[in-house]
Order: sequence, then structure tokens, then C-alpha cells
Amino acid sequence: MSDLETFRAETRAWLEENCPPEMRKPMTGEGDACWGGRNWTFQSEAQKVWLERMAAKGWTVPEWPVEYGGGGLSKEEAKVLRDEMKAIKARSPLMSFGIWMLGPALLKFGNEEQKKEHLPKIARGEIRWAQGYSEPNAGSDLASLMTKCEDQDDHYLINGQKVWTSYADEADWIFALVRTDFDAPKHEGISFVLVDMDQPGVTTKPIKLISGKSPFCETFFDDARCEKYNLVGEKNKGWTIAKYLLTHEREMIGGTGTGAMRPMGDIAVQQLGLNDAGQLCDPVLRTDVARAEIDGLAFMATMERVTDEAKSGQGVGANSSMLKYYGTELNKRRFELMMDSSGHDGLEWDQENDVARHWLRTKANSIEGGTSEVQLNIISKRILNLPTA
Amino acid sequence: MAMVLSEEAGMLKDAAKGFLADSAPVSQLRKLRDTESADGFDRDTWKAMAEMGWTSVLVPEAHGGVEMGHVAAGVIAEEMGRTLTASPFLSTAVMGATALTRFGSEAQKGEWLPRIAGGKAITALAVDEGRKHAPAHVETRAERSGNGFKLNGKKSFVADGHIADMLIVSARTAGGDAEEDGVSLFLVPQDAAGVTIERASMVDSRNSARVILDNVELNADAVLGDVDNGYKPLEAVLDAGRAGLSAEMSGSAQECLEQTVEYLKERKQFGEVIGTYQGLQHRAAHLYSEIELGKSIVLKTLQTLDLAPDHAAMMVSAAKSKMGSVAQLAAQEAIQMHGGIGMTDEYDIGFFIKRVRVAAALFGDTNYHTDKFARLRKY
Repeated sequence: MSDLETFRAETRAWLEENCPPEMRKPMTGEGDACWGGRNWTFQSEAQKVWLERMAAKGWTVPEWPVEYGGGGLSKEEAKVLRDEMKAIKARSPLMSFGIWMLGPALLKFGNEEQKKEHLPKIARGEIRWAQGYSEPNAGSDLASLMTKCEDQDDHYLINGQKVWTSYADEADWIFALVRTDFDAPKHEGISFVLVDMDQPGVTTKPIKLISGKSPFCETFFDDARCEKYNLVGEKNKGWTIAKYLLTHEREMIGGTGTGAMRPMGDIAVQQLGLNDAGQLCDPVLRTDVARAEIDGLAFMATMERVTDEAKSGQGVGANSSMLKYYGTELNKRRFELMMDSSGHDGLEWDQENDVARHWLRTKANSIEGGTSEVQLNIISKRILNLPTA
Repeated sequence: MAMVLSEEAGMLKDAAKGFLADSAPVSQLRKLRDTESADGFDRDTWKAMAEMGWTSVLVPEAHGGVEMGHVAAGVIAEEMGRTLTASPFLSTAVMGATALTRFGSEAQKGEWLPRIAGGKAITALAVDEGRKHAPAHVETRAERSGNGFKLNGKKSFVADGHIADMLIVSARTAGGDAEEDGVSLFLVPQDAAGVTIERASMVDSRNSARVILDNVELNADAVLGDVDNGYKPLEAVLDAGRAGLSAEMSGSAQECLEQTVEYLKERKQFGEVIGTYQGLQHRAAHLYSEIELGKSIVLKTLQTLDLAPDHAAMMVSAAKSKMGSVAQLAAQEAIQMHGGIGMTDEYDIGFFIKRVRVAAALFGDTNYHTDKFARLRKY
């Protein structure tokens, strides 16, 4: 047996023994997810046990190095773990901006102390992170952000406001872009800092969205304190980290256009039924659904191709913008079709699948993490090499 | 299977690109059109393709081929789509070779495959009869006669029909006009008595023909596969062709985009290179994204044909549907972004919109394959 097959057998056995039965059912909504953090209340004993066991193996972050709380797995081993978890429908033990965003940035740009301090707490779900990027006057033009970070000799003093900070009202720490030089060109005076939100100088206020939910907040810094050792990378070089993270975020949001979701055609058949010819009762919707499914297949094949090209060194880096653009527009299309298919039932608040709220939420997909128009600008400049005026 | 070309396929791609750019660029098609070439393709180019092994790309080694598979065939077709090279590659090296390799008797394989591989024989598939692609709608009749069959009927939109040495003809041996059961396939020599092949003049200047079968007498050994059960083999042959056409359209779409982007970098209006204008940048960037999706689903489909040819139908229809619409978008956008010059015959872009329109229609257009996809998905 090859090493990888041995690993697969061991992983399967371990999961079989350690994944509680309650954690082997699909999540019914965001309410089932485990986000961790200082103030987290586990929804069940099974959720708690599952997180603790996975974290002890380092498998909340399988590919991170062991010394930072990771599993130290190779890409191939991590894929085996994902496949085996999928096979028993195991839930992800921990959802976390720390895992998806800050972690990769710290691994690439952080110093040893920062990695040792922050990564294990992310891996174990002890600290929940928020992202502080956008400001009221810095949306698509993110680099014009004005949150002020002043050097006070032994610490930094932060004043300003962030907006669209996801779940900031439930977060413990925030990673934020701040201005450390007001005289330099806008991209060259930005720094990347880590701020403990448990202090009087940091307050949050949820923003109610058209979906009726409040996944985002405004976050205010009023003489907030940041220790000097919590500036990541070089001072005034934070834009490099921001760009790296935005690429990550784009890939993540772009991925919502695919995959794990139930095929739109199956949903429409269930909701509307077939006619005597075995075709979906709404013939126009049938065509739209088929087109959307075909585009979904083409998009998934593209995700696969872009990943494989990157592995073999033929990748086009800016393709993450293409994936973000297409994936989010496709997801919006999918939810428009979902609303068409749900008919009058879908127009009620608080009905079974909450389809209306999800439909409304998707409208942000092509805005957050860089609008579709910003992605098209990036494709024009970085891939097609079209000139700027 | 990794979604990247193998080293072997990558080398084939480079070789094909170089050869076609040098020996069969768009100007060759223009010349064939302007000189009203009787063949509609260049026989020297075809001979060179055969020498490079392109005609044997799907022929087994036992019959003199190199059997590199559908991904390799697609690589060649894609590069031909960039140069709009006129040749019977798809009708012969892809569909003819698929039909005989997968469904031919040993005698049929022995007779045709070495000639296909060597570039010595051209085949064409005669399937459609009406205005739109409908492979199950077969009114052409094959009645038993002596120890063979007698064929009567009409076929249209037969790609490369008038240059073919042998036609693969669908004809009804049983069942009603639109039934899949009762369709049989026949290998019909072009010089058989009662066969009339009339060349049609097409918008893309490529070869297409109408075929009339008037009491064409064939021996029983002219049947490809089993009598009455020709529909499944027909679909398999069509799918190979549809995937090849999708690859060709992918090449054409990429070429349209690249030529357009170059033009956007040169053309000045209002004192600026027009590529600086966001109105055009976003059109080009959207088109780029659509083409990337098309490329991916085409590659996935060609890989599926190599790995599991009997389970490729849904992917083939998805690819033909997607690439058909993407390539037509690319050609239309290319003309719009070129402006007036794109409307001139002197400029090559017009050849692309014409070819893509025909390639998209051949063996089922986007609407046909969107509908077929939905049927295969059982809705």
C-alpha cells in the first residue's frame, strides 16, 4: 500500500471513530455553523467535541505547519482528508475568517512571533477575527482609505471608521488596513495591523441589509490601541498584503458559483413538476435553467483548469478576477431562477428555505471583495494588457 | 485527470499552430473562395497534414494510425479554428475514423481505416434532411432488396459531401419517421449508381452538399453496425464531430478576441487609443471570461470522450451549446469593436463570423443542444 493509501485508511478509521453522528448531517443554514471565539456558545455537545477533536489533530487547518496548530499535511493528504470528510458528509468543524484570510496572510507576511501568537488560536477556534478593509469613502477605491494610525512611541493609536466588517459584533480581533503616511502616494502609506477589539476604543454597530439580516457591521476606532508588534509586514507596505488577501477572498467568493449546491434543475422539477412530455412545466424557465446549469459545468471546469494550470506553472494570476466576476454573476442568476421556480411561496418572508433572504443576499456577491466592474478593469489591465488613459 | 494538456498534446499544439500559420492561414480560405476552387480545400495542405499524422489521430495503430485520442484531435481542430483552415479533417479524421473504429466490421476497418489514416480517402456523414438538425428524423428509406438494400431519399447540409469518397448515410429500415429505433447506417461509395451529390455554396465558403439517393443498391456488408440499431452509433459519431467543432469554435473565438484586443491597442479616436475606454474594456473582459469558460468545458468534454465515450453525451451537448453561443458572441463583438473596418471583406474578421455561424449550426445548434442537455438531465 502506498503512503497515501495508508493515510486514507487511517483517516477514514479516525473519522469514523471521532466524527459525532450529529455532525454528519448537512447544515440547514448559517445557524448550524461553528464560528468559535471568546464568546461562542456551542449549539450542541457534538459541535464542541467535533471542533476539539479536529483541532487536536490540527485538521481545522490541515495544511498549516504543525508548530502553528496545523496538521502539516501535504496537498495530496489534505485532499484525501477532504474526500473522506465528504464521503461521510462531515461538517466543517470551524468557519473562520482567520482560517480563510488572516492565516494565509500571516503565513506569508507575518514574523515568527506573530505566527506563534495568532495562528494556533485561529486553528483551535479560540479567537474569532473580523476584516477591516472598506470605509464609508473607500469602497471600490479601497486604497483611498483614511483610518488614521499614529505612532505613539510604545504603541499605535487608531482613529477612524470601517464598514462592511463581517460579523464584527461577534468578533474578538480585527485585521485592518490603516493609513500610516498621509503624505505618500495613496498605495504607499497603508499598513496592515491586528487590533484586539476588547477595548473601549473599538465599538461596532450592525447594519441591517435588504435581506433583513445583519451579517455586516460598522466598526469605529476611537483612540483604539494597537501594540507595535501587531503590525504585519513592513510599515507602509500593507497594500501588498491587502492585494494578496483580496485575491484569496475573490477565489472564495467566486467559488460560491459552483459545486456543493443542489442542481437548479432538480429543484425546479420538485417545485413545478414535469408535463406529459417529461419536461419542466414552465418551458421558458426550463431553457434558462439548462443554460445556467451548462454555465455552471463550464465554470466548475474552469475552476479546475485554473487550479491545475497554477500547479503546473502555466497559471494566469489575475484569473482570480475572472473567476470572481463570473462566479458571482452566475450565483445571482441561479438565485433569480430559484425565485422564479419558487413562485408565490418564495415571496414570503421566513418560509421554509428562506429563499427570498438568500436571493437578496446574493446581490452583494458582485459588490463585496471588489465589484464586477473592478474585476473587469483588472482583467482588462492585467490579462488583456489594455492601456490606461 | 488534470485539466491541462499533456506534454505530448502541448507539442502537437505548437506544431499545428506553426504549420497552419505558415501553410494554411485565413488567406488560403480567401483564395479558395475567390478562385472558386472546385475542391474547396487545398490538396497539398491535406497531404502535408496526413504526413504529420493528423489524419490518423483517431485511427488505431493496428490500422496504420497513431491513435492519440480526442484531446489531440481537439488540439488540431482548435488551431484550425484560429486559421479557418478548410479541410475534411472533422468529417474524415474525426467522424469517419470514429465511425469505422468503433462500429466497423473487420472488413470495413481493413478497407477504410488505413486509407483514412494515410489521407487517401475522404468520408462524409449524411444525416440531416430538414431545415434543422434532427438525427432521429429519417425519411430516407433502405428497403431490403435481394441480399442487400435499396436506398431512396435526400440528405442536406452534408459537410465535405462533394469531395468524399464514401458517405456514411443514415436511413430508415424500420419504424416511423421520427423514431430512434429502426435507423441504420450505410457506407455508400460516392460513385455508386443512383448517388447524386450537388455542392452547395455556403456562407462560410466551406464544403457542404445535398445528396440524392435514387434506388441506390447496396450489399448487406455496406451496413455499419447492426440493422435497425444505428441510432446509438450515429449519436456517438455525431458527438465526436460536435466535440471537434466545439474545439474548432474555441480556436476561432480566441482568435477573434486576440485580434480585437490588438486592434483596441492601435486604433485611436478622440485623441486616445480606444483600448483605454472602459466601455470597450469591459466588453473585451467579459468576452475573455466567456471564452475561458468555453475552453474549459471543451477540454473537459474531449477528456470525457477519451476516458468514457459512452457517457459523454451530456458533456458534449453542454460544450456544443456553450461554445456555439460563445463563439458567435466573440465574432459579433469582434466586428462591433473593430467598427466599420470589421464590416469590410478585405478584413479577415468577416470570415470568422461566417464560419462560426455554420460551425455552430452543424450537428445541432445551441438551442438544439440546450434542449438535449435538459432532456438528458430529465427535465
